[in-house]
Order: sequence, then structure tokens, then C-alpha cells
Amino acid sequence: MIRERYLNLIILAGLVIVPAYALMVDEPFTITLATKVVILALAGVGLNLALGQGGLVSFGHAAYFGIGGYTMGILASHAQNYTPLMTSPFLIEGTNSMPVIWLVAVVVSALLALLIGALSLRTSGVYFIMVTLAFGQMLYYFAISWPAYGGEDGLSIYVRNQFPGVNTLVPIQFYGLCFAILLIVLFLVDRLNKSPFGLALDGAHQNEERALTVGINVYRLRLVAFVISGAITGLAGALFADLNRFVSPVMFDWHTSGQIMIFIILGGVARLFGPIVGAALYILLEHFLGGLSEYWFIYLGAILLFVVLFAKGGIVGGLSKKEMSHGG
Amino acid sequence: MKNGMARKAFRALCAGTALALALSAPAMADVKVGLITTLTGGGAGIGADIRDGFMLAIDQAGDVGVEVVIEDDQRKPDIAVQLSDKLIQSEKVDILTGIIWSNLALAVIPSATAQGKFYLSPNAGPTQLAGRRCHPNYFNVAWQNDNLHEAAGAHATASGFKNAFILAPNYPAGQDALKGFKRMYEGELAGELYTKLGQTDYAAEIAQIRASGADGIYFFLPGGMGISFLKQFAGSGIDLPIVGPAFSFDQGILQAVGEAALGVQNTSQWSKDIDNAANAAFVESFQAAYGRLPSLYASQSFDTANLILSAVAKADVNDQDAFRAALKAAEFASVRGDFKFGNNQHPIQDIYVREVIQEGDVFTNKIIGTAMTDHQDVYAADCALN
Amino acid sequence: MSVILLIEQILNGLQFGVMLFLMAAGLTLIFGVMGLINLAHGSLYMVGAFVAAAVAAWSGSFLLALAASLVAAAMFGALIELTVIRRLYARDHLDQVLATFALILIFSEATRWVFGSFPLFLDTPAWLSGTVILPFGIQYSAYRLAIIIVGLVVALGLFLLITRTRVGMRIRAGDSDREMIAALGVDISVLYTLVFALGAALAGLSGALVGAIQSVEVGMGEPVLILAFVVIVIGGIGSIKGALLGAILVGLTDTLGRTLLPVLLSTVMDASAATAVGSALASMLIYILMAGVLLFKPTGLFGTA
Repeated sequence: MIRERYLNLIILAGLVIVPAYALMVDEPFTITLATKVVILALAGVGLNLALGQGGLVSFGHAAYFGIGGYTMGILASHAQNYTPLMTSPFLIEGTNSMPVIWLVAVVVSALLALLIGALSLRTSGVYFIMVTLAFGQMLYYFAISWPAYGGEDGLSIYVRNQFPGVNTLVPIQFYGLCFAILLIVLFLVDRLNKSPFGLALDGAHQNEERALTVGINVYRLRLVAFVISGAITGLAGALFADLNRFVSPVMFDWHTSGQIMIFIILGGVARLFGPIVGAALYILLEHFLGGLSEYWFIYLGAILLFVVLFAKGGIVGGLSKKEMSHGG
Repeated sequence: MKNGMARKAFRALCAGTALALALSAPAMADVKVGLITTLTGGGAGIGADIRDGFMLAIDQAGDVGVEVVIEDDQRKPDIAVQLSDKLIQSEKVDILTGIIWSNLALAVIPSATAQGKFYLSPNAGPTQLAGRRCHPNYFNVAWQNDNLHEAAGAHATASGFKNAFILAPNYPAGQDALKGFKRMYEGELAGELYTKLGQTDYAAEIAQIRASGADGIYFFLPGGMGISFLKQFAGSGIDLPIVGPAFSFDQGILQAVGEAALGVQNTSQWSKDIDNAANAAFVESFQAAYGRLPSLYASQSFDTANLILSAVAKADVNDQDAFRAALKAAEFASVRGDFKFGNNQHPIQDIYVREVIQEGDVFTNKIIGTAMTDHQDVYAADCALN
Repeated sequence: MSVILLIEQILNGLQFGVMLFLMAAGLTLIFGVMGLINLAHGSLYMVGAFVAAAVAAWSGSFLLALAASLVAAAMFGALIELTVIRRLYARDHLDQVLATFALILIFSEATRWVFGSFPLFLDTPAWLSGTVILPFGIQYSAYRLAIIIVGLVVALGLFLLITRTRVGMRIRAGDSDREMIAALGVDISVLYTLVFALGAALAGLSGALVGAIQSVEVGMGEPVLILAFVVIVIGGIGSIKGALLGAILVGLTDTLGRTLLPVLLSTVMDASAATAVGSALASMLIYILMAGVLLFKPTGLFGTA
């Protein structure tokens, strides 16, 4: 048993050492896998803000992951074909600059989260779960049948987008970029959780009545948290699209929403580093079990079931002794 | 388990092969093939056919220094991209193959060929890669996506459709299918419908067909969608001739459709009764090895593997120009009989009309005619290769 | 579009709705009584279809296959209730979602392991194939008409069970007050197992009924599951009446939407664009319907918070 803070440091060290080792022994694919872990963890960090801190069980975060991915795909494909995105009422050009794409992805997914959140947060409990799920599916079907950006075929971007001073096609450099973003977001989310806003959000999760009686506008509080959460997941979607140089409607699928949730539950709900551990474990399982058996989903399901039933708090919760007030 | 064991077995086999070759005849470089296909989730039946057909040919060739690594893409494009990165970066494969679906192919092929690897498609033939964006390292051993639909259009015209009702799912392959059909069909259209991808209930569409006054139906509904449509159509009491591409009437699916499919005419470049020695041997050995009749997909991956083997026998894979020329020559005994590549490295081939029949208690197809002879896709003209 | 075609499409919408009701009724009952959200309900639907296909292939009797699917799904439901589900009643919804999501992964792959990757065959019985002529000369599939009748009979049966029987009284009591029913000396855990098995049996029945006119394959339960969720959200979670109304509303909206929208759009744009845009819109229509209902009634039409 160790303190959660030390555990977090060990996790961070792992995220530095594994890719560095892979670089030394020339195993670029391990770096690619590590990049995937970091990006999916970022998506999980986004959802964890709504789900862990705010108690908002969104089963539709694939919507923001996908919209972030498509933001990248659409902007980059226009830049690739030298065609403007729109010409009237004013001209918008495509771009292949990562910072611009990230900014647009964050804004677009925040707006989407505002729209979906404003409607979904009128409901609560099971309604909320199902409504968010249904909105995700709505976007999935839209993406499949809308022909302009490839429909089910998705969009291929043949070269990775540019970041000043970085050769993004070199796996370790792209990894560094994603890792830096994850660190920045983790830092900001940690600050946010400890701010009056975060405490109020947690308070409303623990006891909504009390929050209301002390004059907190719970609906607005949750909406803000939901929007930030969607924006972070959207950013992860843009990075994921750049990792694969490809976007497709699968990013919107409800299994994607389920996966992001699985990262959180495996790692530990409302633990800052939970999604990182969960995503790492998931990718490890996918690669080792997937190589052992065609039926590896059975084992994944069994592990997930075990964690949910018997190991509350996930791996971070199980390894660290510090009990958190909002462990569930 | 199978997957991993096959891989291990082949590693061992190839280690042995390399040793044997080093000791005996002129040393020949090992060729490593990465086969990415769908082995879990929806469409896993087709993936099993692709894998089994491919491995049958490799097994029959014996020790010729070809190693195969099999991976499962779960029918997810992002997984397919990552597997191709893994196969290229870690496993250092020379050739990739195996993908079933156009959307996955579009995600993988351009980046694989850009990294100097060969890609041989045993199934998908997306339009985008057949024309201007054709690539010297990309070979399609199945068909360009439009081909079977064009043949269906030609056959509909030949069999006297004057007012056809056509339908396909609303996604790029479905849109291409209707476009391909209309390219060769000369009659009028009683109706044209796009259905939802993955839709399972076709009552509304069938009612529209009944009301439309059509004299024939063409549909492209791959996988479970086609099964659902045919069963429901059979119960609707509408008696109209149906024409379609082979996908909805193939060996893996027919048993699930049952009598509802009897008599349907479908277009295919392969059938188990094509009369040549290679095909007879293939059908017999596939049945002996796996205990089921081979499907269209198995025939395509069997041809793909034999094409690779024919090139391996002639050229060193590291000499890309020579290996490419050996592939393009296509000197192997195709189960389809004649097989040659066009300038865009897609097949020029005959497309037959098959009819669904019952043999004992097994539903299968027999050839009743030829829809198109030496047919080439229309995109070849846009391809700069020659 | 002729009136006869329109009536036929309304019947189709009704049939689709009734089928959804069989799924949604179990979901909403389980939620109403035990407060459990069960994603694995779609797997029970799949189990029903697979068992029916296997039994029909073995015995040749469709009725026997239907009965087997009912029994198998109920037993299967009882089994997972006893081993997994009952540990989840006291948990929050997140745990329920994830645990039942894990069950989906296990069941789908296990089914594929047992039955293989290829779709199975299940056909309508000879005495229900073909069509019947309804008033006004409407030709309609006999089997679909039978589904409508079975669905309505089940709806009536459920209504009677809940309002007229002792078991129903216990279900209603459990719905409103767990402690009280426990104090009355009713063995609540047996009641819960029974309710779960009943819901499972309904899902299995609908899987078997639908399997005869659709493809019996792994993963067939998932699209239906999501639609059933939409249905119970619209109807109000926990309400059987709401599930029936919601199911029929969703069935009609989906069926009429995908046939009427392209026709309506073709008055303002050319035919093939109208088909493409119309079917894109139609696939989103029921979600828009759901959003619309929630805007005015956040707990659905018959829901209580």
C-alpha cells in the first residue's frame, strides 16, 4: 500500500521510461501503443471530470471524441485538397496546423457538449445515461449516412498535421507532444477539482439538496462541468485522429463510449490518474489477450465484471491507501 | 487460440524452412506476409473464410519460405491502421493482405504502399484506389467494387427488366453499388431506395416495392441485412425476379436464408462449378480441410496466396521492381480460369450469372450464363500506370 | 403515395412497435421493480433467437422452438440474476451499466464460440408464411400480423398480471417500497429473480419471433437494445403503459419517417439527393423525437421522477 501521490509519480515515470526504452531498442510500435494509451487516457480524464467528480454518468462521450476527430479530419482534408471549407458569408480555409486544429476541436466539442448537456441535464439518473447514449447514436448514424466527408468509409489524411519545431511523423516526437498535452490537462483538471468550482461540483454530487439550499445553481454548475469534460474528450479525439491519420464513424459508436468508461472504472472512479492506468491496462489486454485468443473479449468482460463487483476503486484505489471522500 | 497457434506453427515452420533452404538449394529470402482480417464481431465468418482460403494455399505450397502473421482487425478501421503499423514497424512484413471492408482498406492501403510495402487485396476494391490514386504496389485480386453491380445491371437488361426497383444501404459502398448497376442497366427505374446501414426490418421497403409496379428487383445488402430482406421478401407474397451481386447469396450466408433464396440470380466472378482443374482441386481440398464448402471470399484469398507464391518463385521480394513485375504477370493457376491484371492492377475477368439451387440439404449456386466477358472497371482509364 | 400503401406502412410501424414493446417491457419492469439498468437485455434477445434456431433445426417445429426460447431465456435470466445481477441492486447506475456491459462482451463472444461466426437459419412456419387479405384489399404478411397479435396479447397479459394478481400486487409494492414488502414476509429475493426471469423470457420470445424474419447472428441484440432504451425513456421508465405507447410511437415514427421523408424532400430537391438526405434524416428521427419529448417531460410520458 502506498500513498496515491507516490503511485501517481510511478505512473508518470512509467509513461517516460517505457517509450524511452522502446526508442533505445528500436521498437517504434511500442511507442505507437504508448501514444494510444496517452490519448485514450486523455479522453478518460475528460469523462472522469463529469462522471467521477460530477456524478454525471454520460454514456455518450463518443460524441465528443468523434466530433474532435472529425474536426481534425475535415480541416486537414480541406488543407490537403486546397479547397476552402466555406466561402460565404466569409472564407474559411482548411488547415494542417495542429495548434489551430486543437483549438477548433476544443471549441466545437464544447459547443456540442453545451447543446447536448443543456438538454440532457434536465433529466437525471437512468434517463441521463440513456439520453446521452441516444445522442451519441444519433451522431453515429448521421456520420455514416452523410456523404460529404466519406460516410462510413471515413476520411484518410495521408500525412500527420504540423506542429512548429516538431517532426510529428517520428513516433517519439508525436508521443512527446501528446504526453505534454496530457500533463497540462492533468494539471488543470487537478486545479479545477480543488477550486471552489470543483468542490461545489463534488458537493452537488454527494448531496444535491444541500447544494441547492446553500444557493448553488446545480444545473449551471453541472452544465459547465459537462462542457469542459466534452471539450477535453474532443481534444483527445483530434489527437487520436492524428495518431491514425484517419477518422471514421466508429469513433462515434456506443462501444467507444463504453470503452472510455471502462478506462475509468478499471483505473478508479474520480482518481486523477485512474484513466491513465485503465487505458494502459486496456491496451495491454487488447494486445496480449488479442494475440492469445480470438475470443479475448470474454476475458476482458470477466476482468471488467470482477473489478466492478469486487474491486471498487479500481487499480489506483486498490493500490493506494488514501481513501477519497467521493470514491464512488 | 487458433490464431496464435497458427502463427507459432508458421514461425517454427519457417525457421525450419530457412535452415533447410540455407543448407540446400540457392538461398532465397524469406517473405513475410501480414494478413489483417476480421476474426471477432460482425463479419467474422467472412474473415474466417479469407484466412482459411489463404492458409490452404500456403499449406499446399509446402516449405517455400513464406511466413504468415495473422491479425484481427475487429472490423474497426483504427485497429486496422494500428495493426498495419505494427506489422510494418515491428514484424517487418514485406506484403500486407486480408482486409475485407472498403472503409478499412481505405484506411490502411495508402499508408502501407507509401511505406514501400506491397498490398494485395483479397476482397475490397474501393473506387478511390482504382483510378487516379492507383499505386504500383497495390494489387487487387478480387474485383473493383463496381464490377459485380455492373454485371448485375447488364444481366437485368439482358433478362428483360424494363422497370426495376433498386435498393442498397446508405453508405459509400451502397451508393457505388447503385451507380454501378445503373451504368449497365438500360430500362426504367420503378424506385430507388437507400436503407439504413445495419437495418434489419424491411417491411416498409417491401411495401413500397409492392406498390411501385416494378417488374424486377436489384438489391445490394451485404451480410445479415440481405438475410433479413430475403426472408421478409419471401413472406410478402410478391412474385418478382431478383438480381443481385454474389455477396448476399454466398456460401456462408445461403444456409441461413434457406429456401427464400432459391432461384435468385446473382453475378459473381467465381463459382464452385467453374470447370477447371485448379478450381476442382480447390473446392475438394477446402472441403477436406475445413469441412464446409468454400465461399467466394475463400476463393479470392486462395488466389491471392497463389499469386504471391507465383511471384516468390520468380523474384526476390527485396528487388521491388522484379517482384512487382512478377505479380503483375499473374502467372498462377487461378480458380477462376483466366485471370489477368489491367493497367491499374485490378482484374480483367469474366463475370458469371449464378442461380441459387439446392443440392441435397445444402443451398449453393450453379452457373447459368456469363454476364460480361473480359470486363474491366471504368476507373482504369484515370490510372497513370500502364 | 396511395392510401392503401399508407395503411400498410402504418401496420408495419405498428408491428415494429409491438416487437420493440416486448423488449422494452422487460427492461422497464426490471427497472421499475429492482431499480436496475440492464444492458445485457439485448443478449437475452440473442439467446432466444439462437435457441429457437437450434431447436427448430433439431425438431422442425416452430412452436416448440418458441417455447424453448421462452424457457431458455428465462432460465438464463434467472441464472445471471442469481450469480451477478443481484449483487448490483444496491449499487449505483454506473456499476450496473459497466457490469452489464461486461456481460454483453462475455455473452456475444461465448455465443460465437458455441455457434460459430456464421448466421443461423430460422424460418417462419408454413402455416404462417404467405399473406392474408385484410379489409380494403390490403395484402399483408401473415407472420407480421401474428407478431402484432402476440405482442398485444402479451401487453394485455402483463397488464392483468400487474393489476389483478397477487404476484402483481407484490411487484407494485416492491416498486414503491422495498422495506414494506420485506416486512410483509414476502421473500423479496425470490420475487426479484422471478421478475428478472419474466423480463428475460419476453426478450427471448421477441428474439425468437424476430429471428424467423431476420438474420440470427451474434450482435443482433444491440441495435434493438438501444431502440428499447429510447422507447422506455419516451414512455417513462418503470411504466408498462408508457413502454407500450413509446414503442408504438417509435415504431410508427421510424417506419413512416423513412418512407415519407424522401417523398416529401423530393418536392424540393432532385430524386436521388432526396433519397440520400431523406434516409440520413430518417435514421436520426427517433432520437429527435426523444429529445422533443424530454424537452417537455423530462421523465417521459408516464414516468414518475
